[in-house]
Amino acid sequence: MTAPFYVPPEQLIKDRAEFARKGIQRGRPIAVVEYDGGILLMGENPSRSLHKIGEVYDRVAFAGVGRYNEFEMLRVAGIRYADVKGYAYARADVTGKGLANAYSQTLGQIFTHEVKPYEVEVLVAELGDGADDNHLYHVRFDGTLRDEPGFATLGGEEERLREEIGAVHRPDLPLEEAISITKAAIESVTESEIPADGWEAGVLDRTLERRTFRRLDSADLNPET
Amino acid sequence: MTPSMGFLSEDGAIVPAASFAALLERQGMAPTWDIPSGAIDVPEATTVLALRWAEGVLMAGDRRATAGNVIAHRRVKKVYPADDRSAVAISGSAGMALELTKLFQTELEHYEKIEDTRLSLEGKANYLARMVRSNLPLAFQGLVVVPLFCGFDEREGTGKLYSYDVVGGRYEEQDYATTGSGGSEARAFLKSAWSEDLDKRGAVRLAVEALVAAAEEDSATGGPDPRRGIYPNVVTVTSDGYHEIPDTEIAPVAAEVMEARP
Repeated sequence: MTAPFYVPPEQLIKDRAEFARKGIQRGRPIAVVEYDGGILLMGENPSRSLHKIGEVYDRVAFAGVGRYNEFEMLRVAGIRYADVKGYAYARADVTGKGLANAYSQTLGQIFTHEVKPYEVEVLVAELGDGADDNHLYHVRFDGTLRDEPGFATLGGEEERLREEIGAVHRPDLPLEEAISITKAAIESVTESEIPADGWEAGVLDRTLERRTFRRLDSADLNPET
Repeated sequence: MTPSMGFLSEDGAIVPAASFAALLERQGMAPTWDIPSGAIDVPEATTVLALRWAEGVLMAGDRRATAGNVIAHRRVKKVYPADDRSAVAISGSAGMALELTKLFQTELEHYEKIEDTRLSLEGKANYLARMVRSNLPLAFQGLVVVPLFCGFDEREGTGKLYSYDVVGGRYEEQDYATTGSGGSEARAFLKSAWSEDLDKRGAVRLAVEALVAAAEEDSATGGPDPRRGIYPNVVTVTSDGYHEIPDTEIAPVAAEVMEARP
């Protein structure tokens, strides 16, 4: 009988992280940007029906990049978590923080215990009463959780996209401007021209009551047409 | 292998759109009422009605809940949005009916978010029938829940009404439907006064009139009470969605109707 090769734990974690990071880098990026009336979530998506951005609860939205089946599973689990919590207590008790922690625990667990780590990054956006109360919880493949101020980027070319948006972003931008800077930044880092119907976007809109999430259609995204 | 976390699905089995109710059951949170035999007096909600008008459907209910011959509550709300395109009204055991309404609302929203599309109107009506049916054992102990359901069918572009019986029978109604202890009185009124292509004003007035007629004959149905500012709940569902008509608009109609009663 042969003994299994010894692999130092540092190496094991490094290999796993590299594997996950590679998978995520292949995906197209998503940007989440606060504007004067709420939070915009936007990315390139050629599909009309396989969404990367979605509603979770009244003031909470989800964005995921990487492997579709993996982040879709997390999206559905998040909706279940939120609906059960809102049913058992009250709608106001469903917060982005609770959900982000659940994602963080789950991804951390999978990263260390499963055969293959998830090749995903997710973002939980929570709309506050004012811009200072907004939260953008960014959860990485290994369960690392950060609350990013103002805007967040995830997926391939995430770093460059952060620089591009950071250079022009202000939290008091009107929605049209937030859309146009996000479009320009994503097109610039992916070095491609994205067709008018190649975008997927949604907003948590502070002017709406109760369920604040709405999808933006191509008329919202291309006001000049 | 399925990741082991309570957060994701436990068994990893693929089921068609696992419902919110199934989720609650798995977590031991499904609402249940286990009542030993023998009647108990719980508040009962009574007369509600729904009718079709030119732009969609309208639903209305009185505000009284009774327990035996006591007026338990004067300001009960019996008409609720089921989602943005439909409404549900309750009669029968009030506490159970309110919980079932909340469950029904959550179920529709849950489906809408997971599937990214609303259930068809018929799908919603059928689901509600299943909820009523699952309640049948309690109906034998006197805890009956009988809802009315109406909504705007986005595929066909018309308003539709559904009534139910205790065993979960679902009946699509043509023009109007009523339920509750004053329901037969209200139905008799609607039968004589309903007409095709009512405008909104006419539909609201007709609904209030029918409830006033029911309150005159049935002690469990409360009429408008201007002194306390209690008026029937009236809502409409059209292609624009669910809309509650505020008390300030109902008050003058109620005054007019009560003035005109013989």
